[in-house]
Amino acid sequence: MKTLTITPPAANAPAADPLVSVDALIDGLGSVGYIASRRIATALYMAVKLQKPILVEGSAGVGKTELALSTANLLGLPLIRMQCYEGLDESKALYEWKYGKQLLYTQILKDRMGAALADAADMDAAMVRLHGMGDLFFSEPFLEPRPLMQALRQDDGCVLLIDEVDKSDEAFEAFLLEVLSAYQVSVPELGVIVAKTPPLVFLTSNNVRDLGDALKRRCLHLHIPLPEAALEERIVASRVPGVEAKLTRDLVAFVQSLRTMDLRKPPSISETVDWARALVLLHADSLSPDLVRDTLNVILKFEQDIVAVEPQVVELLHRR
Amino acid sequence: MQHTLEQFFRALRAADVRVSPAEAIDASRAVMVTGYADRLLFKDALCSTLAKSAEEVDAFDSVFETFFARDAVSMPPPSDSPQGEPSQEDLDQAAGSPLAQAVLTGDAAAVQQSMEEAAARAGVAEIPPSTRPPLLTRRLLEGMGLEEIERITANARRMPDGAGEGLANRLEGARRNLFEQAQQFVARQHDLYAAGSAQELREERLLRKQLNADGGVDPVDYRLMAALVKKMAKRLAAKYSRRRRAAQKGHLDVRRTLRRSMAHEGVPFEISWKVKKVDKPSIVAICDVSKSVAAAAQFLLTFLYSLNEVVDRMDAFAFSGRLISVNDILDDNGVEVAILKVLQEIGFQQTDYGRSLQDFAENHLDRLDRRTTVIFLGDGRSNFADPRLDLMRQIHDRARAVIWLNPEPESYWAQGDSVMHRYARFCHVAKQCGTLEQLERVIDDVLRSYVPH
Repeated sequence: MKTLTITPPAANAPAADPLVSVDALIDGLGSVGYIASRRIATALYMAVKLQKPILVEGSAGVGKTELALSTANLLGLPLIRMQCYEGLDESKALYEWKYGKQLLYTQILKDRMGAALADAADMDAAMVRLHGMGDLFFSEPFLEPRPLMQALRQDDGCVLLIDEVDKSDEAFEAFLLEVLSAYQVSVPELGVIVAKTPPLVFLTSNNVRDLGDALKRRCLHLHIPLPEAALEERIVASRVPGVEAKLTRDLVAFVQSLRTMDLRKPPSISETVDWARALVLLHADSLSPDLVRDTLNVILKFEQDIVAVEPQVVELLHRR
Repeated sequence: MQHTLEQFFRALRAADVRVSPAEAIDASRAVMVTGYADRLLFKDALCSTLAKSAEEVDAFDSVFETFFARDAVSMPPPSDSPQGEPSQEDLDQAAGSPLAQAVLTGDAAAVQQSMEEAAARAGVAEIPPSTRPPLLTRRLLEGMGLEEIERITANARRMPDGAGEGLANRLEGARRNLFEQAQQFVARQHDLYAAGSAQELREERLLRKQLNADGGVDPVDYRLMAALVKKMAKRLAAKYSRRRRAAQKGHLDVRRTLRRSMAHEGVPFEISWKVKKVDKPSIVAICDVSKSVAAAAQFLLTFLYSLNEVVDRMDAFAFSGRLISVNDILDDNGVEVAILKVLQEIGFQQTDYGRSLQDFAENHLDRLDRRTTVIFLGDGRSNFADPRLDLMRQIHDRARAVIWLNPEPESYWAQGDSVMHRYARFCHVAKQCGTLEQLERVIDDVLRSYVPH
């Protein structure tokens, strides 16, 4: 279980309210290093205004998780992250009883019981007294909150990131519905726990499997495509300070042309950014065929892809 | 405006974007936040509330652009016409008809408004897909008051000394233009609402079509059918995998928990769960591709192909005179190529059920065990050759279940060279499945009751 709670320094929050309009939101996200297209910003804006979860889809590395991180950063809210995987169930996502402590509690209870009930006249009186004692066995102090519960208990709201929800089982997806539509959870022993401030929920999906209609219906939908060249250049420039404008242009053009090829895993934004970082570290100021060949493994993650691209490097570099 | 949104939702539904009432409410709320002034914001807001997958986003974009088309009506400015600006007398002549006024002054907005109103009155958006567009165009133009223009034109032509000739020509041109605009308008409406339901109609008809009818599946419908079968297989897969996972969950194993707690003075520190052993199900599908089922063969193979994608452990065989394993062909090729290859290799020969069963028994009988479900797809017509019922009995005894799906109706099963009624004795289920709809129902039953999970 990967639970991550980050509380960003308050100084990061810009003075102007980023939620007055979509344009303000684009600027705000830009100030924390996330270059958003208009559609992304509009979806986020609607999610905040309508208080609905937002389901972000797109291929790996286009910045789905990053969007949630940047939003938390921008709004100055803590981020609670829950990574989904097959077999994830409510005891890991929602709450668990502290069994060890509960057992200790019963042990203490047993020891004390004799003294407390010693002066009872008979069995019936003892039972009456026993029922009169407070029962703490299932109570909040014994509750071990997991990410979903933590998110609901934040006083000032938070950003809840449910990452790669498509990797979880369908049963878990159904279990999420209550959290997503009413911002509450039912604990059978305690009753319903309602969020003090509804969290801003991001779900991300890589489309490993189709999500159910019920889940989709409760969410706003945002599909992040691979970016156009101009947007990608801005993203690289913002993410990799110190990269020269010409190099940015060249490497983005090269990556864009790779995406038109028939590759097993075409490079996405995160690969472009990594590549730019690598090139800056190598003090490169322009792309040469040898340099590209040597660093191809940064952008292509499969041997077959590298083998397919290598002989075409020169041609791809000269294509533009 | 709410009415317009409702119409827009209808258009989306026609384009296969699912819009539930809850989503419609969300969209309306979103619009209340964004307002209508910023077109891009309006569009993106609607998109994020209504379109729920990448394909739906594409569909949404195209419907939005058609539905909220800008400059839907274009009017040439009056100064472009050969007669120049209309004179005051011309306008006076046309005073009786607002439409004539609008076309004379080139007021596109007024014309568009009049067209929208007439369309709402004529119920253009509710047209059934069978209505012919020209008829609708005519109805629309009448609703807009085209007759007025025609009357004014006629009056102008009757004026002495050709004084009204200019006006008449002008109106004549405007009328032609209006006619074109109305045609485009109706075509757009047709695209938005009727095209989708026509597609639905075709799919529905195909679902019920007898697949062994003469000529088999219409080549035009073939692609559609492949898509339908695929959708069906996917649906079954979703249902089927869900059930298997549920079966894997265990209950508390009280006995073992108590036993383990001995080490901790009877305090149950280690809890153990009952684990259900999950049998890996397997399916052996044997498909007849001979001459007698030629019409249905393509369909049966399409289904076999989809089943192969869905079920983890499946062995597929095809036969007509002899029997071969087609696993590799199905695994390595796209659906159309795979079917073609199977048919090339073994298809359309004389059926010989006995010989094919013998091939199966000799080479592949070890594939069958107590966990295997055998599905036969075929008509059970053996050309009066020995049906080898003994082999069929052997298969029946070894397998968990034998299911026979026959494209012919049950009343044909004992007629002519059909030995279906004799084979049926050795089947746990023998059913007719002549249409896609029947097929889905039968396979659903099969997966539920005969495949262990």
